Amino acid sequence: MELTARGFWTMVHGMGFGALYLLACSGAIVELWRRASSSESAPDQTADDAFLRTYVIAMAVLAWITVLTGAYVIYPWYRAVAPANTLDLSGFPQRLLMSSPTTTQWHSIGMEWKEHVAWLAPISITMAAVVFYKYGERGIRAHPPLRKTLMGFVLVSFVSAAIAGMFGAMLSKKAPVEGGATLHIVSDK
Amino acid sequence: MTSNSDDVLPNGSAAAAILAAGIGAFALAVIADAADRIVSLQHAMIFYRPTGPLSGVTTSAIVIWLLTWFVLDRTWKQRTVALRPISVTAFVLLVLSVLLTFPPLADLL
Repeated sequence: MELTARGFWTMVHGMGFGALYLLACSGAIVELWRRASSSESAPDQTADDAFLRTYVIAMAVLAWITVLTGAYVIYPWYRAVAPANTLDLSGFPQRLLMSSPTTTQWHSIGMEWKEHVAWLAPISITMAAVVFYKYGERGIRAHPPLRKTLMGFVLVSFVSAAIAGMFGAMLSKKAPVEGGATLHIVSDK
Repeated sequence: MTSNSDDVLPNGSAAAAILAAGIGAFALAVIADAADRIVSLQHAMIFYRPTGPLSGVTTSAIVIWLLTWFVLDRTWKQRTVALRPISVTAFVLLVLSVLLTFPPLADLL
């Protein structure tokens, strides 16, 4: 059982950081929704503020790690230019996709959208994390529109990350990023 | 310990963070779209060659976002502002950014 170094890092980026972010986002949405649904007279939820503060800050860090590994580790391998007269384009995913009319839109729509929309996730969640960290449950209750706004931004963050993740998974099926050193996971003895 | 509403922070800081996020997201979409259309801008956006124009587009948008946030926070930190219209504006900018980064829609403009 083998894995190339590039395949490994692509897996870490998508199935590690990206998938974990989506899971964390769904947890944050549920918690924000739960708090928004509770009436004004409901017991004060400031007791678990410290946990939620840490949670949203961790989400923001995770979102930034995901986009930065995507843009500066995986993407250069994806867009590598093949030397002239290269017949086997398997090591050049973008060129491979663009070489056929049946796959070129996976790049021109899929990757073009993914590479930009993904950045909306860390921007949105960083804002939400900083506001929640600064104001806490009590501060958010004191300013009613704040909760709905945070909820909206976390939702868009989730949608942006989901779009990027979905296209990442599909692009990995159509033109996987592979190459580099081979990692032997299980050897045939 | 009881709390009273007097020691609650004014909403200016939150409004600054929210509006700056909307502006930063929208800047990203606009710069990405402009770099796609204007060849000279596309070249200028190559801050890190292996990543290509994406490096400049995202770095520029992040700089705009953080600068906007800094300026708005300095201006509104001690103030209570009209949060609802600011939130709505920021959210509209954010949703527009999602739409504008979708290539078939951006190509219609």
